[in-house]
Parts: sequence; C-alpha cells; structure tokens
Amino acid sequence: MTAQTDAPLLRVCGLKTWFHTFGGVVKAVDGVSFDLSPGEILGIVGESGGGKSMVGFSIMGLIDKPGRIEAGEIIFDGRNLVSLDDNAMQAVRGRQIAMIFQDPMTALNPLYTIGNQLEEMLTLHTDLGPQARRERCIEMLAEVGIPQPEARLGAYPHQFSGGMRQRVVIAIAMIAGPRLLIADEPTTALDVTIQAQLLRLMKAQVEQRRTALIMITHDLAAVSQMADRIVVLYCGRVVEIGASAALIAGPRHPYTRGLLDSIPANHQGRSRLPQIPGTVPDIRKLPPGCSFAPRCPRAAERCRSEIPELTAAPAGGAFACHFPLEAAP
Amino acid sequence: MFGYLIKRFIQMIFVLWIVSVLVFVMMSFTGDPTYMMVPLDATDEQIEQARRILGLDQSHLVQYWRFLTNLLQGDFGRSFVFRQPALQLIMERLPATLEIVFLAMIMALVVAIPLGVYAGAYPQRAGSRALMAGSLVGISLPGFWLGMVLIFIFAVKLQMFPSSGRGPTEVIWGMRLSFLSWEGFRHLILPAVTLSIGTLAILMRIIRAEMMEVLRQDYIKFARAKGAANRFVLFKHGLKNALIPLITVFGLMLGDLIAFATLTETIFAWPGIGKLLVDSIYRGDRPVIVVYLMFVAFLFVVVNFLVDVAYALIDPRIKVT
Repeated sequence: MTAQTDAPLLRVCGLKTWFHTFGGVVKAVDGVSFDLSPGEILGIVGESGGGKSMVGFSIMGLIDKPGRIEAGEIIFDGRNLVSLDDNAMQAVRGRQIAMIFQDPMTALNPLYTIGNQLEEMLTLHTDLGPQARRERCIEMLAEVGIPQPEARLGAYPHQFSGGMRQRVVIAIAMIAGPRLLIADEPTTALDVTIQAQLLRLMKAQVEQRRTALIMITHDLAAVSQMADRIVVLYCGRVVEIGASAALIAGPRHPYTRGLLDSIPANHQGRSRLPQIPGTVPDIRKLPPGCSFAPRCPRAAERCRSEIPELTAAPAGGAFACHFPLEAAP
Repeated sequence: MFGYLIKRFIQMIFVLWIVSVLVFVMMSFTGDPTYMMVPLDATDEQIEQARRILGLDQSHLVQYWRFLTNLLQGDFGRSFVFRQPALQLIMERLPATLEIVFLAMIMALVVAIPLGVYAGAYPQRAGSRALMAGSLVGISLPGFWLGMVLIFIFAVKLQMFPSSGRGPTEVIWGMRLSFLSWEGFRHLILPAVTLSIGTLAILMRIIRAEMMEVLRQDYIKFARAKGAANRFVLFKHGLKNALIPLITVFGLMLGDLIAFATLTETIFAWPGIGKLLVDSIYRGDRPVIVVYLMFVAFLFVVVNFLVDVAYALIDPRIKVT
C-alpha cells in the first residue's frame, strides 16, 4: 500500500484526555498513540464508553469541560494541535479536519435550511462569491446522492429522512476539502439497510480526494471492510493495533478476539452467539493491572497487578497483553 | 393560512364576548352610578329620571343587551366626567403609554439578550454569577420604589432628567409623541427605565436558561466542528433556538407592560391610559373603566395572535393551521 510510505499526516502521541468530575478523574483517553498517512483509512474500534469518541473530539480540540487534554501531542501536518490557541484551531476545524457526528437527527440546526448550513462552510473557509457558493453547494449535494439538489437547498432538516440527513452532514464535512475526516459512529443511528450505502459513499468521497479518514465505531465488521488499519481501544487505552486483514485473521489480544467472535455473520449455524462476559468497568475505578483482566478468559495473576505495555508484533502491528493469542500461521 | 386567520378571528370574537360579560357583571356589582351623575341635592324624582335615562331601571339582561349592541356599534358610552366618548379618551392617551412601553421593551431586549447569552455561554464565570444575582434584585425591586429612587437620584440630586410629566410633544399621524424632540425624550427616560428593569431581569434569566439548554445540543458542537468562531456559533446557532420559548413570554410581557404601566405612570404623572384608569376608578367613571378593560383584553388577544405568527416565522417545523 502506497499510503504508508508517505510522511504521516497525523501523529497522535501519548494522548491523555481526562475528565475531572466530582466522582473522581475519568481517564477517557489514557495514553493513546497512533499515526495516519494521507489518504489512509483508520478504524478505531471499541465498546461504548471506551473513550473512542473522545479521541476524535480531542483531535478537533472540542473537549468540553470538565475534560482536558492532560498530556500528549497531536501533530497534524507538522503542527501540534494541542498547543494551538482557539483562533488557530478555528482555521483547522472544518477546513483541514472535518467531523461527522453520530446522530444526523441532531447534528443539523433545525432552524436553518440545508443550503444555509452547507454554504456556511464555504463562507467560513473560502473566498467564493454568492453565486459560486450556491453552485458548489448544488454540486456537493448531487455528489452525496441527494435527488433534485437545487430544490432541496431551501429545505429544512426536518424534511429529510435520517439517511438523507447524514448525507447532508457528509456533504457539509467534505465541501471545504478537508485533509482528514473524522467519522464518529456515522451509521450507528441509521437503519441497517442504509448503513452500507453511506459507508460506500464515505469511502468514495475520501478516496476521490485522498482525504484521510478516521472511522470511530463499535462495529468491527463494518470497519474491517473499509479500513486499512484498525486500532482497538479498551477503557481509554490501545489494546491492539494492526493492518485490517491481519488483525481480523489473527487477533493477538483476547479483547479483539472477543469482539470478532461476537459478530453474528462469523457464526452462522451456531445456536448462541459468543459474547464477552461482564461489562466495561467503571472507568473511574479501573483495576490496577490490565483493564480487561476481569473479563478475560486468559487472565493470570500478573494481569491483575501489572499493566501490559503495547509491544510490537513481529508480523507488524502491536498489542498490549501479557499472554497474547498465537499469531496466525 | 387563510383558514387559520379565520379560526383565530372567531376565537378572538369569542374571548372578547366572554370579557364583555365579565366586565358587565363586575360593573353591576360595583354599585349604582346614578349618584355619581346627579347633583347632591337631587330629588328622588330626578334620581329616578336619571336611572331611566341610563337604563338602570330595566332588568340586567336587557341592560346587558343594550351594552353589547352599543359595543358592537363602537359606542362605548361617554365619560361621566369629561363628557367625551370614552373610547376617544383612551385613544388620546394610548400613544403616551405605548411610547414608554416600547422604549422599555427595547431597552430590556437590547440589554437582556447579550447579557443572557453571555451568562448562558459561560455560566461558571464570576461575571455571569454577578448578573444572576443582579437579576434577582431586578425582579424583586418593586416598581414604585425603583421609580422614586430614580427620581431622587437622577431628577433631584443630579438634575439630569425631569421628574414628572410628559414634556413637549409633536403630532404625527394624529398621535402626540414626545420621543421626537430631545426635551420630550428626556422625559421618557426615567419612566421607561423604571418599567424595563423587571422585564429585563426576567428576560435575561430566561435567555440564559434557554442558552444553557441549547448549547448542549449536537448542532452547536457540529457548528464548532465546522470551524465557526465562538461568537458566531452563540448568536447564529444558539440564540435563534433559544428565542423560541422566549417569544411566548415576551408576548405576555408586552401585554402586561401596556396594561400595568399604571404604577409607573402614576409615579411620573405620565398621562397614559394607566393613569387614566386610576383616575377613572377614583371618580367612578364607569364607561372609561369598561373601555379600558375591553381594550386591554383586545390587546392581549392580538399580541397572542402575533406570538403564534412569530413562532411560525422563526421555526420552520411549526405550521399555523
């Protein structure tokens, strides 16, 4: 793959995003590192509450109080975004890095037309005149598959279905030509029948422009078909990272295995779907050792006392486990 | 839309009819106005004659029917005191009241919107906390006390503004207005400030609460993710959404201010309809009170109608039907 030979577009290094609440410090993101080449598609996978979304919002610089980036670097195109002030970040948001939200029902302002909200991006980030802006908006809506785009410019969000709204959100994200797109559970709120369509649309959009994409999702099945590489997060930490095909074929971390096993399609004919026992622990009271130890079938004494470091696997990729699964033959 | 207007119009007629019944019943219980009309040394015969002229010798039902038919013909009776049509009296004084009410409303909005947005956007800041505490004071201050304090400070001590009266007026479209000349405007300021403080404080608190609610929404975060500046997000995406619940309150407050500018007008000897009402109650000038009540009811109905229309204008999800 050519993408990996390029200099990285984004390098996240030891990122820690913590929330200081009354109940204690919530370490939503606790030492996450990965990098991303131009045009690459990276999947970030994990269960709900695993801190996946907070990685995305940290990159965007949109962490709400009481959250804060405690440590780490986010190097985008040679600049550390963590150290940028709000004005400088505004020029990056939307123009350089765009984001797609989980719920298209609430991401659009109900009081403004689609055209207005789409055009706003061009007003903010380009010097185009009104006529050129309008034409570009119509083009973009057509590109994301909205029928009669010219007539739809004047429509309000409530006049669209969920899938159509998410198409509009994608159009808004892509119209200023960002170099990185962060999609936070972009299809979770939609009907299963539309999910595949929208994933294809997003893939086509980023490939056409060579935009890098971070797909944040809990759906390992969906992301495995799209992503070049996958990062598996558990309780704010990276437990495994690797090229998609290799990770799916031979996961080294028991958590990744558990996620793969619980995909229905992989178990046709079996009476009962395997599941990972237990639930994600309270992130404020993590066990002292490996966070996954209480749910892990392979856990030993060492796992309960010592946090495993992320170690590179000989076959590429890396995992954080004391007793990893066998590498695929 | 046309059907909606018809429906609202029928509703309006119905409400006004109910009010006319209430007003009539209330007036019938407040005593016999005949004694206000006749000289102190009138004979029984003269009193009886006056009652006949006023129609008070007939049954309440007949009296009400006459009252209603007169209303429908636009005849609200003549003031016992001024010997003028009561409606004309109200209409002459209405511009004076509208002037201070509108100025008060504008002052309240101009101050409350930015302060409310600020306090809602940054609720943790010391400035926001001070505003919240200040607004409580503003709501709690009785208007008459505030009016007198303002007179004491700005009229008596500093001599910046006149303490009472309306000052010079100019006639425009048949209305006597004072805000057109500087001297007249100076007379407007203290009453308008007095009237606006309570409204301002309430509006600000509502805007703050609504902003805090709206700013939690996804579309606000999405607007930030688009790279919009903070102020732009607050005012374009936040404020408009926060305004929707505010319109209802604003409509009711506007009606309230017009109807109950009475105290302020009394303190500042402002010749508006509020002062006319108080004077008429003292003099037992029944026709004026009746017109006043009917007129205020009419105002409320109209303002509420405008509020509904404003909803539909600001929120595309609402259709007036």
